[in-house]
Amino acid sequence: MSEHAEHPEVNYVKIWAILLALLAVSIAGPFLGIQVVTLLTAFGIAIVKAYLVAKNFMHLNIEPRYAVYLLVTMLVFMLLLFAGSAPDVMKHEGANWIKPRVEVETQAPAHH
Amino acid sequence: MRPIANTRSAAGIPTGRLAVWWVLASEIVIFGGLLVSYIMHRIGHPEWADQAIHTNVWLGGTNTFVLLTSSLSAVLAHKAAAAGDGPKAARLLYFTSGGALAFLIIKGFEWTSEISAGYTITSNTFWSFYYTAAGLHALHVIAGAFIMLIVAQTAKRNLELHRVELIGIYWHFVDIVWIFLFPLLYIAK
Repeated sequence: MSEHAEHPEVNYVKIWAILLALLAVSIAGPFLGIQVVTLLTAFGIAIVKAYLVAKNFMHLNIEPRYAVYLLVTMLVFMLLLFAGSAPDVMKHEGANWIKPRVEVETQAPAHH
Repeated sequence: MRPIANTRSAAGIPTGRLAVWWVLASEIVIFGGLLVSYIMHRIGHPEWADQAIHTNVWLGGTNTFVLLTSSLSAVLAHKAAAAGDGPKAARLLYFTSGGALAFLIIKGFEWTSEISAGYTITSNTFWSFYYTAAGLHALHVIAGAFIMLIVAQTAKRNLELHRVELIGIYWHFVDIVWIFLFPLLYIAK
């Protein structure tokens, strides 16, 4: 049984309906054919959906704050990994260096 | 009487739930490391878009719908458990497990068509990330479904009802991972 001090009354079905509406928008985004719009709607909406689930379904809003800090700390580690290794992975050449192409990209067969 | 490990909460959070948060903290690093690696490689290789175009956005979208709906039933199971209605919580957990099964069937259909079209885990690095990330996620779906069935077995006899919330929190996390996998693998073409 829940040990939370109190569970504010949340309309879970309403949250679910909002999540489905957001899903529909993220699927519709690419049909506009504008890549920036596609990426912004897809990833912006993913963050909003994750927030809604974490807050309303996982009840992180009424959990002691340190649970949130614990999870956020791990997200920061994730960003550190990105910041530390992204320049090496994402760039193929710089002002005074060129990365040897070691990756062999074999093409998958054409779609039948 | 429940074991003391479940009822004490010296840290302000019941021990069982605190343990789940720790599990999820480690899961964030596991999935986060994989997804961050994928993102930086994807940005470094714009030509992967030629591969990503072959993923099926409708099947991916359907699976997102399935997982969001199963998250709803998981949180409703928690609500029922909090109200002391174990049998209802168990029924909702069975429904959630059914969502996991539907997700896996759709994924099996999807992978079968992709593999038979020649897009395998060794085709190129995009497909390596695709099968690794979705495969690791699918393993979490399988594990969650099994645990839910075990929890439902006790919950329907009104026993260990606190577990309903614990498996629910894990399930919502599995849902959140998919919420990010969906745009990364299906929408970003």
